[in-house]
Amino acid sequence: MGNTINAVIKKYNGDETRLMDILLDIQTELGYISDWTIEQISKALDIPTVEIIQTLSFYHFFHREPKGKYTIYLNDSVVSNFYGKEEVKKVFEEEAGIKFGQVTPDGLIGLFETACIGMSDQEPAALINEQPFPSLTPEKARKIIKMMKEGKSIEDIKGNKYGEGNNSHYLMRSLVNNNIQERGAVIFSDYTPGDAIKKVVKELSSTDIIEEIKKSYLRGRGGAGFPTGLKWEIARKAQGDIKYIFCNADEGEPGTFKDRVILTELPKLVFEGMIIAGYAVGAKYGILYLRNEYRYMREYLEHVLQEMRDDGLLGKFIGGKKGFDFDIRIQCGAGAYVCGEESALIESAEGKRGEPRDRPPFPVESGYLNRPTVVNNVETFCTAVKIILNGAEWYNRMGTKESRGTKVLSVSGDCERPGIYEVEWGFSVNDILRKAGAKTHEVLAVQVGGPSGSCISEKEFNRILAYEDLATGGSLIIIGKKRNLIKDVVLNFQKFFMEESCGSCVPCRVLTVIYKNIIEKIVRGEGRSSDIENLQKWAVFMKNNRCGLGQTATNPTITAIKNFKFIFEESVKNNSENFYSFNENEAVKEYVEIFNKK
Amino acid sequence: MTKNKKIIATTSLAGCFGCHMSFLDIDERIINLIELVEFNKSPINDIKKFTKHCDIGIIEGGCCNDENIHVLREFRKNCDILISLGECAIMGGLPAMRNGIPLKECLEEAYINGPTVKDVNSQKIIPCDPDIPKILNKVYPCHEIVKIDYFLPGCPPRADLIWNALYALVTGNELLIPYEVFKYD
Repeated sequence: MGNTINAVIKKYNGDETRLMDILLDIQTELGYISDWTIEQISKALDIPTVEIIQTLSFYHFFHREPKGKYTIYLNDSVVSNFYGKEEVKKVFEEEAGIKFGQVTPDGLIGLFETACIGMSDQEPAALINEQPFPSLTPEKARKIIKMMKEGKSIEDIKGNKYGEGNNSHYLMRSLVNNNIQERGAVIFSDYTPGDAIKKVVKELSSTDIIEEIKKSYLRGRGGAGFPTGLKWEIARKAQGDIKYIFCNADEGEPGTFKDRVILTELPKLVFEGMIIAGYAVGAKYGILYLRNEYRYMREYLEHVLQEMRDDGLLGKFIGGKKGFDFDIRIQCGAGAYVCGEESALIESAEGKRGEPRDRPPFPVESGYLNRPTVVNNVETFCTAVKIILNGAEWYNRMGTKESRGTKVLSVSGDCERPGIYEVEWGFSVNDILRKAGAKTHEVLAVQVGGPSGSCISEKEFNRILAYEDLATGGSLIIIGKKRNLIKDVVLNFQKFFMEESCGSCVPCRVLTVIYKNIIEKIVRGEGRSSDIENLQKWAVFMKNNRCGLGQTATNPTITAIKNFKFIFEESVKNNSENFYSFNENEAVKEYVEIFNKK
Repeated sequence: MTKNKKIIATTSLAGCFGCHMSFLDIDERIINLIELVEFNKSPINDIKKFTKHCDIGIIEGGCCNDENIHVLREFRKNCDILISLGECAIMGGLPAMRNGIPLKECLEEAYINGPTVKDVNSQKIIPCDPDIPKILNKVYPCHEIVKIDYFLPGCPPRADLIWNALYALVTGNELLIPYEVFKYD
């Protein structure tokens, strides 16, 4: 054990900023991080044990005790629940003979729930020993547990019905399907890796690239929509000889899975975008921050990077040009939604808790290891490559005035064709519903942009997806009329935010719990109309939170109340303001039982 | 004169009496106060039972046992206005830290396993006399039990906040609270 720990630490040169990798690698080897292991790491890195524990305790895929030879993380997202997660959960529990949150006494199987794992187009899904098992059914669940009891390997349990495209690559062997329903002109158009780099090497200076990107009015695709050209320009001008390019592949917004598909099918396009950004900014290092849920792609992505190095597209003298050096490493996360926020992502990559930083300074001035750092979304890098290849003018011909080009949408929920749609900006929600085969008269609501976005009703289905109207990071969850909006959607999202709040800012730490409790109370039929008023009133305090997560963490509730007030009013109408659901007998039951047993 | 005086009752439920101490920190203004109000049930004058209907009830502490519930309900019945005074009444406060721990574990830690008891309680007795109030499954803030009209935050709320609020309520004047009076960080 000691040897394993030392070997891992040596692999990372005893660098404490690589603590995430060290912990992930050790956990892969030993199954969990024991107190003894923490002591050893502390000694080897010469840092206090609390520093290790504070990182360790922040991420939900790190374990401090054994979590089973086979660890099942069943997705608890809204869409997973739509598609029968509860039945699958029940079978897992029955067959394994334990409840979720427990490990079998023989240490064989551990059952846990987790937030959205980026498989909303093929739910219910689970991660088993980091391998995705999409489209689960009770029968499949029964078979999985049976094979575990027989001691079969994960590969055997998976079988060989791999998904299409690169999902079947020998280094991926994943059961995931891409479900690309519509290919657009930018991301999913024809592409030969290296063409953009060749063009850059031959004819473009770093300022030429930035000018072209600025001319294209490309805005960041993560959701906030910051102009990419401007970001690169600020980073280029920032003081310092060492700069970094980060690709944010921590897509944790429930309902979003576009980066999964782009990384599976077009990894070279993503990496080429990072290389070009490096050239434009004057950075020699790139880091792909890959969410833990997508760790099954890692070996394959490492292989792609090596191919690019072999082809002279990565490493030293890229494209044969002297001084054009750039290399990329992959940083895995360990399960934390907030790490999708760029400064939290940087903290995490430095081996710390993923808590957002105070700004200013912004990452472009002082980011990773306090150096100027550009953080862009997976899709942004891909788009930049196509703009360099085809020109800003070509790009500007697509989309709307404020939103040029295309957007890759993740569409899921109650529709016939969930999956990936690359469409020009300017489509209405109705258009997307039609494409996805959702019957408008059966649709109650659409959650646009995930839980931090908004829950819109029929009245707004004619709104246009674009920055000038309905801005979105790209996810649409279609909610059918057969769903219970408050219980199935709003409560699930509020629980999600409660779990994922990093706890730094008081309004986020406290109100996410209070909102969840009040929504639960309304679901139990114990709400009053003053509860609804309070939910609307208190949301203003969330604006005081430091990061985007905190600022939007009550959006599921307030947008649902705004657009579906009648549903909320209906659920509290039987209770007067003098109704208090507190039940004294229930509250003393536990106490009475303790002494009766004696 | 006495006729126009507002009648006030106060109590400390699952609190530490810190809010009452802070109340006394209004210092010489207490003389102004008794010109304006008359106290009924309160630890301040040691009146144990309501002897008349009150205008204002001030509640310190949340509810951790069934007696707290009964007292709080009695206050609701006997007072026109109820004020939750301080963190514990409003949110459960420090006692609510036990809410994440099963009740049995709490009792065992307090009476059997805790470092100050484990060597002296050889018979492992947890007191459970019928006269002792029954402990609730968790600590509840007052507004989950009965309607609370006003909330004065703080741990404890500053004397100035208590004074300003009471004065405004009793005289009908506008409540002026400078930011410093309720800013705690």
